[in-house]
Amino acid sequence: MTAARAAGYAALVAVAVAAPFVLPQYQSQLALLWVMVVLALSWDIVGGQMGYNSFGNIVFFGIGVYATAVVQRDLFFDIDEYAHAAGGVASQLAPLEYLGGLALGLVLGALLAVLAAAVLGAGILRLRGHYFAICTLGLGIAMGEIAGGTDYIGAGSGLVTPLFPELLGERNRFFYFYFMLLAFTCFGVLGAVYRCRFGLALNAIRDNEDKAEAMGLRTTRYKTIAWCLSAVFLALAGGAYGNFIGFVDPVDTAFAGPTLGVWMILMAIMGGRGTLWGPVLGAMIFHVSREFLWTYLLGWDRMILGLLTVLIVLFLPLGILGWLRGRTAGRAAAAGVKPSAAESRPSSSTSQPPLSESQP
Amino acid sequence: MDNIQLLLQAPVFSVQLLVDGVLVGAIFVLAAYGMALVWGVMNIINVAQGELVILGGYVTWTLFTFGVHPLAGIPVSAAVLFFVGWGMYRAVVFRLVERDLFVSLLATFGISILLQQLMNHNLVFGPDIHSADPGLGSLLLLGGDIVIANIKLAAFAMALAVAAALAVFMKRSRAGRAIRATAQNNRAARLMGVDTDRVYALTFALNAALCGAAGALVVMVWVIHPFIGIIYTVRSFMIVVVAGIGNVAGVAAAGLGLGAAENFAGFILGAEFQAAFVFTLLVVILLWRSFRLGRRRQVLR
Amino acid sequence: MSALLRVSEVSKSFGGVTANRALSLSVDAGAIAGLIGPNGSGKTTLFNCIVGRHPVDSGSVVFDGREIRHRTVPQIARLGLLRTFQQTRVYGAMDCVQNMQISAPQRDAENARQKLFRKVPAAVTEKAESLLEFAGLYEKRRLRAGELSFGQQKLLEFAMALMNEPKMLLLDEPTAGINPTLINGIMERLLRANAELGITLLVIEHNMRVIMNLAQHIYCLAHGSLLAAGTPQEVREDPRVLSAYLGAQ
Repeated sequence: MTAARAAGYAALVAVAVAAPFVLPQYQSQLALLWVMVVLALSWDIVGGQMGYNSFGNIVFFGIGVYATAVVQRDLFFDIDEYAHAAGGVASQLAPLEYLGGLALGLVLGALLAVLAAAVLGAGILRLRGHYFAICTLGLGIAMGEIAGGTDYIGAGSGLVTPLFPELLGERNRFFYFYFMLLAFTCFGVLGAVYRCRFGLALNAIRDNEDKAEAMGLRTTRYKTIAWCLSAVFLALAGGAYGNFIGFVDPVDTAFAGPTLGVWMILMAIMGGRGTLWGPVLGAMIFHVSREFLWTYLLGWDRMILGLLTVLIVLFLPLGILGWLRGRTAGRAAAAGVKPSAAESRPSSSTSQPPLSESQP
Repeated sequence: MDNIQLLLQAPVFSVQLLVDGVLVGAIFVLAAYGMALVWGVMNIINVAQGELVILGGYVTWTLFTFGVHPLAGIPVSAAVLFFVGWGMYRAVVFRLVERDLFVSLLATFGISILLQQLMNHNLVFGPDIHSADPGLGSLLLLGGDIVIANIKLAAFAMALAVAAALAVFMKRSRAGRAIRATAQNNRAARLMGVDTDRVYALTFALNAALCGAAGALVVMVWVIHPFIGIIYTVRSFMIVVVAGIGNVAGVAAAGLGLGAAENFAGFILGAEFQAAFVFTLLVVILLWRSFRLGRRRQVLR
Repeated sequence: MSALLRVSEVSKSFGGVTANRALSLSVDAGAIAGLIGPNGSGKTTLFNCIVGRHPVDSGSVVFDGREIRHRTVPQIARLGLLRTFQQTRVYGAMDCVQNMQISAPQRDAENARQKLFRKVPAAVTEKAESLLEFAGLYEKRRLRAGELSFGQQKLLEFAMALMNEPKMLLLDEPTAGINPTLINGIMERLLRANAELGITLLVIEHNMRVIMNLAQHIYCLAHGSLLAAGTPQEVREDPRVLSAYLGAQ
C-alpha cells in the first residue's frame, strides 16, 4: 500500500469515527448508511463479481434478523411471560445479558445463514440467467410469507427486540459503531478476497461459466462459497438491524424485498457492479439522496425508485465507476494507445475449397 | 394436518376444491399465455406481468364504481391494457429487445415497482382492497354438496374464449403470422419485410391485453390491491417453465393444474400459507427441472 | 506406444438424429491426430462427448487408462483433457494475464482449496506472461480479452489451454476464420506445443493444407460414422473421402 493510499484510508476512518459526534442529530441515518454499504457490497459478491442476478439475497438478512431476535427472546424470557407482557416491561435486560444475547444471536444467525446459503445454493446456483433470478425472487417472497405465518417467530404481528440497556450509553451510537465496523470488515475482507485466485474465479464464472467448467474450475464450489460469504455479512447486518429498529416485522424489517432487497441491487448497480468501490459509492449516493431529498417527494419516493431502476439499468448499466472507467479508456484510445487490430482478423479470402491441395 | 383427514373422510370436499381450483386456474392461463408470447417472441421475461393483471382489475373496478357491470369490464380492460402495453413498449420495452438478460430483467422489475407504487398512491387507486361482485349467484351440484360460484364458471369460459380467439388470431391473421415468424427467426423475418419493431409492439400490447382480461376476472373472483401483482408474475413464469414456451395446450394444462394444486394447498396448510406455497412451489419446480436436466448434463438457462 | 485416448463404439443421437454412430478412434500419447469431415458429420459432437458435455448413449471413452464417460466436464478437464471452442471462449471482461492466471492448473483438490484465498504466486504470473509471449500476445497482456480480435482470442484460448498443462488438447478448428498469414504461426505453435511440452493433440480442421502437414494420423467422419482412417497420404487418396467432400460422382 502506498503512503498516499494509507493516508486516504486513515482519513476516511477518522471521518467515519468522528461523524456521529459532529452530527449527532443524523446519527441513526448515518448508522443506516453503513447498513446500506454492507447490503450493496454483499449483493455485489454474487450479483456483480460473479454475474448471478440474485433478487433474493434479502433472505439471509431476514434469517439474521429473526435468529438474533429469537435467541434474545428465548435466552432470557419465558415464552408465556413474554407473550403476556407483549414486549413491554419484561424486555429490560442488564448490559451483559443484552450484549451476550446479541452476540450469540448474531453468531447463530450468521451460521444459520451460511447453512441456508450452502443448502439452497447447492440447488439454486445450478440455475442460470432468468431461472436463477426468478427463483431467488420467489425464494425471498416465500420466506417472508412463511415467516408471516409462523407463530413461533411472532407470525404477522412480529417480534419486539429487547430494550437497549441505558448503561451501555446511546443506542444509536452503539449501533452506528457496530455497523461501521461491519462495513469496514466487509470492505476489507472483500478487497482481500477479490485479489486472490477466488476473485479471478468469480470473474471467470461471470464472463463465461461454460469456459470455466471446460478449464476444470470447481465452479459449483466457488459459487457456493461466494453465496455463503454474502450470507454471513447480510446476517450480521440483519441481526443488529432488528435490534436497531427495535421491532421485527416479517415483510417490513426482515424479508424486506420491496425496500432493502431492491435497494441493495440498485445501489450496487448505480455505483458500478463488479467493482469494490462501486457498491460503496452507490450506497452513499443512494442513501444520502434518499434521506435528504426524498422527504420532499411526499409519497412519490418509491415510484421514483422504480423509475430510477429503469433509467439506471437502461442508461447507466455499468454504474458510475464503470462509466468513468469507460470514459478514461475512451480518452486513452483517442490519445493513440489504441490496440492495433490489424494483426489478425477473420478474413474473407481464406475460403479455399477443402482438399484443394490434395486434388491430383 | 387435520384438514387432510377431513378430505379423506369427505371426498366431496376434494371435488369441490378441485373444481374451484381448475376453474380459477383458467385465469392464470391467460397471464401465462401472455408471458410465453413475450418470452418466445422477444426473449424478455416481463417481471411486471402481475402489475398489468392488477391494472386490468382496476380498470374493471373503476367502471364498476360507475355502475357498469363487471362482465362488461373484461373487453374494456383488455382494450385499455392493449394501449398501456403499446405505450410501455414505445417508452421502455423497445430498448430491452436484444439487450442482455440483466437489463431486461431489472428494467421490467423497475417497471413493476413503478406500477405498484403508482397504483398505491392516494391520488390514483390507493392502498385499499377492492373487488367487483358481479352478483351472479352460485350453482349447486350433487344436492348442494358442491357449491360453485357462477362467476368462476364464467371466468373459465371467458378465459377459454379469449385463449381460443388468440389461437385463431395467431394462426390465421397476417399479424399473427408475422409474430410467429419473428419468434422463429427475427433476422429472417426482417429480411422478408416484416417490420419487427411493430411486431414486438403488437406482441407486448397483446400480452398486456391478455393480462387486462385476466385482471378483470381476478377482481370479480377475488380481490385486488396494488401489491399482489408479483404472485401473478410468478404463477405465469411457473406455468410457462413447466409447459415450455411454445406449448399452448401445455400452458393450459399447467395453469389449470396449478389452480387446483393451490386450492388444495390453501385448504391443507391454511389460507395464510397459500401464497407461501406458490412461491415455494416455484423454487421446487425450478430445482426439480434443473436436477432432471443435470442428469443429462444440461443446465437450465 | 500406448493410447492416451481411446474412444470405442461411441454413439450419440439427438432426438431422432444420429450424430455419432459407433465411432472408435484412438490417439497415442505424444501424437498429433486429425479429425476431418464435411460440415455436420459429427466432429464437434464427438468432442463434446469426449469431454463430458454431452452424455454418451453407448460406448466407452478411456483417457489415460480411466473410463471417463460418466465424469463431468470439470472433472475430465482436471484429468488433463482440455478442449478449445470453434467460436472462441475467453473471459471477455478480464485482461489477458488474468485469463491466464485463472487457467493455472489446480488438479489436486487440497492444493486448490489452500490456494483459493491466496494471491496468485509470482511464478504463475511469470509463466502466464511467457506463454502470452509464446502466443504473440505479450504486448496485449493488459487488454481485456473481449477487446482482442477473433484471431488473437484464438491464440489466447490456446495459451490458456497450455497454461493448464494438459496431457491432451482437443482443438476445434484452430485456424477457421483466421487471416491466412497467421495460419502458419498457429501451425508452428501447435507443433512446438506438441514437441516441447509433450502435449498430445487431436485437431478438427477444415483446412487440408494445415491438417495434412500437422497430423500423423487422420480420421475422416461422414454422417456420424467413421469413413476412413490412416496416414495423411492414405486419407487424401481415399476415394470415399473425396466423394464425401465433393459429392458422389
